[in-house]
Amino acid sequence: MKNNLRIAILFTLITTVLFGVIYPLTVNGLAQLLFPSKANGSLLVKDGHVIGSALLGQPFSSPGYFHSRPSYAGTGYDAAQSSGSNLGPTNHQLIERVKADVDRLHAENHGAPSPIDLVTASASGLDPEISLAAAEFQISRVARARGMSETDVRSLVSKHTLGRQLGFLGEPRVRVLELNLDLDAVHPAP
Amino acid sequence: MTANGWFQILFYLLVILLLTKPIGVFMTRVFNREKTFLDALLRPVEKLVYRLTGVDEHREMRWTEYTIAMLLFSGVSMALLYLIERTQKWLPFNPQKLPNVEPGLAFGTAASFTTNTNWQSYVPETTMSYFTQMAGLAYHNFVSAAVGMVLAIVVIRGIARRETDKLGNFWVDTTRCLLWVLLPFCLVGSMVLVSQGVIQNFKPYATVELLEPQTVQVTNADGKSSTQRVTQQVIAQGPVASQEVIKELGTNGGGFFNANSAHPFENPTPLSNFFELVLIFAIPSGLTYTLGRVTGSERHGWAVWAAMAFLFLAAVTATYWAEAKGNPLLLGTDQRAHALQSGGNMEGKETRFGIANSVLFAAATTDASCGAVNSMHDSYTPLGGMVPLINIMLGEVVFGGVGAGLYGIFVFIVLAVFIAGLMVGRTPEYLGKKIESYDVKMAMLAVLILTFTILGFSAFAVVRPFGTAGVSNPGPHGLSQILYAYVSSAGNNGSAFAGINANTMWYNTSTGVAQLLGRFFMIIPIMAIAGNLARKKTVPESAGTFPVTGALFATLLVSTILIVGALTFFPALSLGPILEHLLMAAGKVF
Repeated sequence: MKNNLRIAILFTLITTVLFGVIYPLTVNGLAQLLFPSKANGSLLVKDGHVIGSALLGQPFSSPGYFHSRPSYAGTGYDAAQSSGSNLGPTNHQLIERVKADVDRLHAENHGAPSPIDLVTASASGLDPEISLAAAEFQISRVARARGMSETDVRSLVSKHTLGRQLGFLGEPRVRVLELNLDLDAVHPAP
Repeated sequence: MTANGWFQILFYLLVILLLTKPIGVFMTRVFNREKTFLDALLRPVEKLVYRLTGVDEHREMRWTEYTIAMLLFSGVSMALLYLIERTQKWLPFNPQKLPNVEPGLAFGTAASFTTNTNWQSYVPETTMSYFTQMAGLAYHNFVSAAVGMVLAIVVIRGIARRETDKLGNFWVDTTRCLLWVLLPFCLVGSMVLVSQGVIQNFKPYATVELLEPQTVQVTNADGKSSTQRVTQQVIAQGPVASQEVIKELGTNGGGFFNANSAHPFENPTPLSNFFELVLIFAIPSGLTYTLGRVTGSERHGWAVWAAMAFLFLAAVTATYWAEAKGNPLLLGTDQRAHALQSGGNMEGKETRFGIANSVLFAAATTDASCGAVNSMHDSYTPLGGMVPLINIMLGEVVFGGVGAGLYGIFVFIVLAVFIAGLMVGRTPEYLGKKIESYDVKMAMLAVLILTFTILGFSAFAVVRPFGTAGVSNPGPHGLSQILYAYVSSAGNNGSAFAGINANTMWYNTSTGVAQLLGRFFMIIPIMAIAGNLARKKTVPESAGTFPVTGALFATLLVSTILIVGALTFFPALSLGPILEHLLMAAGKVF
């Protein structure tokens, strides 16, 4: 018992150094060497300034931008407070929020019904993507607001569409932040 | 449900099937102290650890000493974690200058990570420093996983050995598990994750200007709402990949970020998601082969695997069906699956994963005692959310936690052969060992401890104001939230119906105690059976022996698991998710 207690203390200290310090530092060194951009958050840089991460969504509300999904991360897309809504399926707050969003989208986009992902909050509150249906749903509004043709907007959307990985993994989707950056570059909003 | 969704699910199960034998063989060699291709690198490190700690690697222990050594190690390392949390302000790697963790939360978290639960009642990115995450939390991801695995190995040895009271050396088994099994997987696996975009750095959080600044409504502490201008986005950073990989491989599940594996920095692509899923089942599935190999009956190992795979597919099917159908209360939305969207109930799910990968992850993480989530179970439809709950209630024996799954299913195997013995009126045998009254009593004790912990704490919490104060979803869903909290704690899972506000003195301490009971009080009777079996003689197989290799045995095992689970938990489930489902179908909102 006494011997095992002594071993337990020494074993805890030694393995903490090995697995709690040396191991993560080794992984860190390898990651920074092999994949420096990804290890640092896939940050997007424009004119020398970091303007976001390719992997993290941002909130949008004006008609000339594609809108992201509702977010419960802080005040919305706070990448230091990731969170879902955690509203249960029969919670009145969920039902009322979705109804309000559906009504608003219906007025904005002349289309119904709303694609489900556009009116539901993501698990992380930072979802960088929307479904193809949610992008298609917004094309006419964005085109109108920017005075662009729908065909031009649609071709930009398909440029920022990611297919299934390896042909079968995951779901096809559209990266919202990069799409909106590209819209600004191609055709600045009035 | 889509064809592509099913293809992904079946492809996943196929990959797990193919990995089972190679991983099982490798683990057998590691724990039998046979030669492996890593010896040249790792043997010197192993010897160094023994020299520094004074371990005699040739000395074996009885089950009692083995258990005491395990408890001492868990106690000491839990105390160190508590200390790190309480002093993180003064320790290095804290660029965000986060303060020390308060005592109740520090205790709950220390219990949680020591027991391989990884229940988290806090937002990690605003609570835990990089040092606490890597040297405290990720460290426990390694050692709690190793502890689970070596206990499973002891159970296997108990079955395989005869007329001995020696079951191995806890320190040697743990060291070899850490160095040979967990470390190589993690070094390679972390690079796979970084290649997909999982971050790994020690930088302070980055601040960027939003492309389109927003005006948002916020509710202040005094309940009044006001508008606020948001112009910036703060991006959390940290050593994520090194922790992410062991979080899955060790079926720990504690996220570096609050959103866990739904966070794009923890799980950025469908491929990283698939890889994380494989990591969750890799070791538990491999252990079924190790069981067969060491006990000399590989077909028994496969029969256990088949029973697990059946229960897994049943769980995935049920959740997939419920979530793909969507939420009938969300009027004016298009929830159909078609070429442009995966449809279904997308509240609390990520676009890149859609329904299929979310439900697959939910089933795997609760079948194993992992608890990592890539979608928010709290927002699942009532029946979709009931499946993860049931998975944990069944004891997480469907592949299960690393080691914990195997010694968990061992309890049900003992009960199954006991029932078979009763039916034919013979003393039950299991792989040549007679299963006697002492073994069955200990097995039942393990089942009852879990049940008592879950239902006892839940029942107490639902009638006390400090229990119901944590509930965030009204109606029957609130009961599900409380039930899930204790099921997850006692089962050492760590996933949650996360809307529950569990960062209170009551929940931090009660879930912490439930986790310790669910881990260590489960282990003691199981170790007692292992010690008892090792002492017995082997009886030769006869015509009257119930075979533990075929479909009949697998069916009996599945039935035993389901009957025990249903008898215990059906009343509670009917008042929670089942009632909520019926009311949802009737259009009732709470």
